[in-house]
Amino acid sequence: MSFDAAYQDQKLKSVGTRPLRPDGVDKVTGRARYGADFNMPGQLVARILRSPHAHARIKSIDTNRAEAVKGVKAIITAADLPDLTNGDAGTYAILDNCMAREKAMYDGHAVAAVAAIDEHAARKALKFIEVEYEVLPHVTDVDAAMEDDAPLVKDDVFTTGVEPAPTKPSNIANRAEFGHGDVEKGFGAADVIVERSYKTEQTHQGYIEPHACVANCNSDGSAELWVCTQGHFVYRQNCADLLGLEVSKLRVTSSEIGGGFGGKTHVWAEPVALALSRKAGRPVKLVMSREEVFRASGPTSATSIDVRIGATKDGKITAAEATLRYASGPYADMWAELGAMTSFACYDLENVKTVGLEILVNRPKTTAYRAPSAPMAAFAVESAIDELAHKIDMDAVDFRIKNAASEGTKSSYGPVYGPIGIGPTLRAAKEHPHMSAPLGKNQGRGMACGFWFNFGGQTCTDLNVNADGTVTLAVGTVDVGGSRASLSLIAAEELGIEYQDIKAVIADTATLGYNDMTDGSRGTFSTSMATISAARNAITVMRERAALTWDIPVEDVYWEDGHAHAAGAKHDNRAPLSVKELAAEAGNTGGPIAGHSELVADGAGVSFATHICDIEVDPETGSSRVVRYTVIQDAGKAVHPSYVEGQYQGGAAQGIGWALNEEYIYGEDGRLQNPGFLDYRIPVCSDLPMIDTQILEIPNPNHPYGVRGVGETSIVPPLAAIANAVSNAVGVRMAHIPISPPRILAALTDAADG
Amino acid sequence: MVDVTLWAGLRPFADNQEVVRVDARTIREMLRKLEERYPGLHEPFRGQVAVAVNGVIYRNDWSQELPEGAEVMLMRRLAGG
Amino acid sequence: MSSIAVSTTINDDDVEFLCQPDETLLDVLRNRLGLMGAKEGCGTGDCGACSAIVDGRVVCSCLVLGAEAQGRTIETIEGMANGSELHPLQRKFIEHAALQCGICTPGFLMAAKALLEVNPDPTETEIRFWLAGNLCRCTGYDKIVRAVQDAAAEMRGENA
Repeated sequence: MSFDAAYQDQKLKSVGTRPLRPDGVDKVTGRARYGADFNMPGQLVARILRSPHAHARIKSIDTNRAEAVKGVKAIITAADLPDLTNGDAGTYAILDNCMAREKAMYDGHAVAAVAAIDEHAARKALKFIEVEYEVLPHVTDVDAAMEDDAPLVKDDVFTTGVEPAPTKPSNIANRAEFGHGDVEKGFGAADVIVERSYKTEQTHQGYIEPHACVANCNSDGSAELWVCTQGHFVYRQNCADLLGLEVSKLRVTSSEIGGGFGGKTHVWAEPVALALSRKAGRPVKLVMSREEVFRASGPTSATSIDVRIGATKDGKITAAEATLRYASGPYADMWAELGAMTSFACYDLENVKTVGLEILVNRPKTTAYRAPSAPMAAFAVESAIDELAHKIDMDAVDFRIKNAASEGTKSSYGPVYGPIGIGPTLRAAKEHPHMSAPLGKNQGRGMACGFWFNFGGQTCTDLNVNADGTVTLAVGTVDVGGSRASLSLIAAEELGIEYQDIKAVIADTATLGYNDMTDGSRGTFSTSMATISAARNAITVMRERAALTWDIPVEDVYWEDGHAHAAGAKHDNRAPLSVKELAAEAGNTGGPIAGHSELVADGAGVSFATHICDIEVDPETGSSRVVRYTVIQDAGKAVHPSYVEGQYQGGAAQGIGWALNEEYIYGEDGRLQNPGFLDYRIPVCSDLPMIDTQILEIPNPNHPYGVRGVGETSIVPPLAAIANAVSNAVGVRMAHIPISPPRILAALTDAADG
Repeated sequence: MVDVTLWAGLRPFADNQEVVRVDARTIREMLRKLEERYPGLHEPFRGQVAVAVNGVIYRNDWSQELPEGAEVMLMRRLAGG
Repeated sequence: MSSIAVSTTINDDDVEFLCQPDETLLDVLRNRLGLMGAKEGCGTGDCGACSAIVDGRVVCSCLVLGAEAQGRTIETIEGMANGSELHPLQRKFIEHAALQCGICTPGFLMAAKALLEVNPDPTETEIRFWLAGNLCRCTGYDKIVRAVQDAAAEMRGENA
C-alpha cells in the first residue's frame, strides 16, 4: 500500500504531550531485563582469552591442558569460526575482530574462548590455554602511523582513492575528498587567514551495561540468542553470516539495552557465544567485564586535523580547507570520510575542500559513536571559526550567522540543502539570555554549531486492535531511550484514541519483518512513519467493518477522533462507532482487526544544533568546571518533549566528558593503561550543572508530523563549545582534546613563559 | 535526463568522469543504467551506495522519482550511532 | 573451596544462602537469590549500578563479599516499593523522565533513598555530590537531580 510521507500541518492532540513511559515501572523496580538478566536451564559460563600484545602473529594455540580442566565443556579458537564471508571485506573485519585469525591486531583482541560449568572453571581454563606469539612492531598513534618507517598494521593494504594506485602498502587505507570551488583563489581574496592543527584522543561510548548475551544452538540447526543490541535483526544477519546458520532458524530477542550510542550496532562476542554453544551442545551465557568493554569493544577514532579558513574583514568566509586523519583501529571503514563530509556542513562556502585519511593503528576496531566522526571535525572547524571571528573583531555568533548555510546552499559534502535549522539555532542562541549573562572571574564563554545526517531505513510494524479496543503496537527498532512512549503517542494520535490504550513492545526477529537497527537517529523517525502507516491501514479495515455493520458503502464512512462516522444525513445520522465497539464485533465482521506496515523511511533530512557553554578555570591547578550550559537544536517536531530534552542533555554531557577528561591512554608497549571507570573518567553528577534546552521545531517536509531524528547531533558541538570557552577563559587557544587539567596548566605555563 | 555526480572513489570505474548524464526516471533505473554502462560500478553499488536527490539523501527508496534536471549525487552509505 | 552458610535479612525477609568465600554480595543477589535489580556495570566500585543499602549505608555490592552479609540488614531495589505502591522517588523518576536506558536507575534510587533518609532537604550541590558515585551515561543527570528534589519536597509534605 502506498504511503504519503509528506508533512501535513495539522493540530496534534497526543504528539507533543509528556505522558509516563510504558516501561517506567519495570525500570524503577529492578524488573526490567537487560542482557545479563536472563538465564537458560543448563547454561554454561563463557570467558574469552585476549591478546596481551598490541600486534603479534599467532604461531600456535594449544588447548589440551585447558580442555582437561574439570567442568570445561568447550574451547574454541578461530578454527571453529571458519571464514564464510565470501570476500566481503566488511563482514570479514567483523569476523576477524570477534576472534583473531593469523594475527592479534590490538591489546585485548580475542584469541580463544572457553565455556564451562561455572566462572571458576572457565577462568582456570583460560590460564591453561597456551598461545605462542611472535610479537611484531606496533603503532597506536594516528600521526606516527603515517610516517614512512611506521610499522605496517597490515601488509596488504594499499591506499584507495588516489591516482595512480600506490604500489607500496601503507597504514593510510583510504583518501576521500569533498568540496567545490577553488580554495587557493578563495584564500587569495581573504584579508585574514587562520591556520592551525588539532588533535583529539580516542574515547569510548561508555554505556553502563557491558555487552551480554545468552546463546543456544540446537543439534537440529535451530538457534536462539538473547542479547543487548541496538539492532537484533542486524545481529541475526551478522551471526547467521558468520556461523553459516539459516536466518529463519536463528531467533534473536533484544533485551532491554543499557546504553549503546553506536557501540552495540554490530556483533562482538555473540558469534563466539553461539560457536561455543554449538560445540558444547548447551546454552552459553557470555558477559563482558568492564575491562573487556574498554579494551575490545567500541571506541571512536583518535584524530589529527589541520584546518585553514580565510575571511574578508567584513566577515565573509572566502575559503575553507581541512585535512582530517582518523584512526580506525586495524580495520578500515569510512570514519575519516564522515569527518570530511561533516566538517564544514554548517556553512555556505564558495570555496571549500576537505580531505579525509583513514589510518590503521593497533587499537580496537573503531565503531560508531553518536554522530560518528562529526564531533572531532566540528571541534577543529568551530575552533578555527572562533579564532577567525576574534581576529576580524566580529562577534562569534554574528560571524556564524553571516556565513550559515540555508535552504538552497550547496553543502560542503555535495548536495543542495532543503529547509534546514542552522540559521534558526544561531539566531536563537544570539537572543538567548545565556549569551548576555555576565561572566565571573576566571570564566569564559564559548559557543559552537554542529551538524549530523539522519537516517531512515527499512522498517516494519504490526498494529493489532484487541477485543477490548486497546491496541498492541509491535515494533522492530530497539528502544534506547523512550521510543516506546513516543511511538505510542504516534499511534494514539493517528487512531484518535488515548495514549493509555496503546501498548508498544519490541518484537523479536521471529515475529516481525526485518528492521534496520536503531542508529543514525532513526528510531523514532522511521518507526513513527511505519506506525502512522500501520494505523492508517487499521483505520481502513475499521471503516470497512463499520460499513458492514451499517450496511452502507465504505466510501460513506470516514474516520475522525477515534470513531467511524457515517457521512451525511442520508444514513440517518447514525451514532459513530468507537474502536471499542468495532473491536467487540470484529469476530462477526471479518475477524481480527490489524494494520501492518513495511516501508523504507527515506528522506530523514539533516540536523543542526548550537550550544553555549560557560567554563570556570582554576589557574593554579588547571582544573575547570562547566558552570552553565545551553543546548539549542531543531527537532522538526518533538513527539515526547521530555525525551527529546533528554537526548539533548545526554549528548551534551557525553561531549563535555570527551572535551575535558575522557581519553584512551596507551603505553609504549601498546597496551591500554586505563580500561576502567576509575581512570577513564566519564562525567559524574557533581561535575555538571543543569543543562538548559531549547527545542526548535522546523518541520521535516518528509515526515507526516514533521519529525526529525534528535539522538545524535547533541554530541557534535560540545567539544568545540568547551574548547572555545576555555580558550576565552585563559587567553590561550586549546587545540588538543581532552582539555584536561595538565594540558590547561601546560598551556598557561607556556603562555607565561613565552 | 539527469546529471549524476559520482564520489571520487567511483570515478576510476567510470572513465574518470565526475559527472555522468543518464536518461532515467527513478533512482533504480539510474543505478541500473550506470551499471550497464560501467560494469565496474557493480561492486561499489552493492549495499554501499546512497543517492542524494535535490538535497534529500536516499539510502533505500530506489523507486524515488528523479525530476527532470534534478541534482543527483551518489554518496557512500553512512554509518550512524 | 567449601561454601559458607550465611543468615541475613534482605528487604525485611530472613534469608539464608550458601556462597563461596570469594563471591561478592552482587553475585549472591543476582545468581543465587534471583534479585537481578542490582546491575554489574564495572565490578570495581566505580559505577554504582550495583548499589544496595547495608545497615543503612549505601554500598557497591560488587565490593562486599556475600559472606559479609551475615547478620546484617540489606535493602535492594526489589524492596523499595511497598507492594504495588511505588516509593515517591520511583514515581518521580518516571514523572521527570529521569531515566533513558534505565540500567543505572536502580543504583540511583538506592543512593537517593539513603540520601533522603539522612538529609530530607538537600541542596542541589548536596544531591550532586551524594550521587557522584553513580554513573549515568544517558541523561546528563539534569532530570535525575530534579526528580530527587521533587521527591524530597513531596516526602517533606510540601507539594503533596
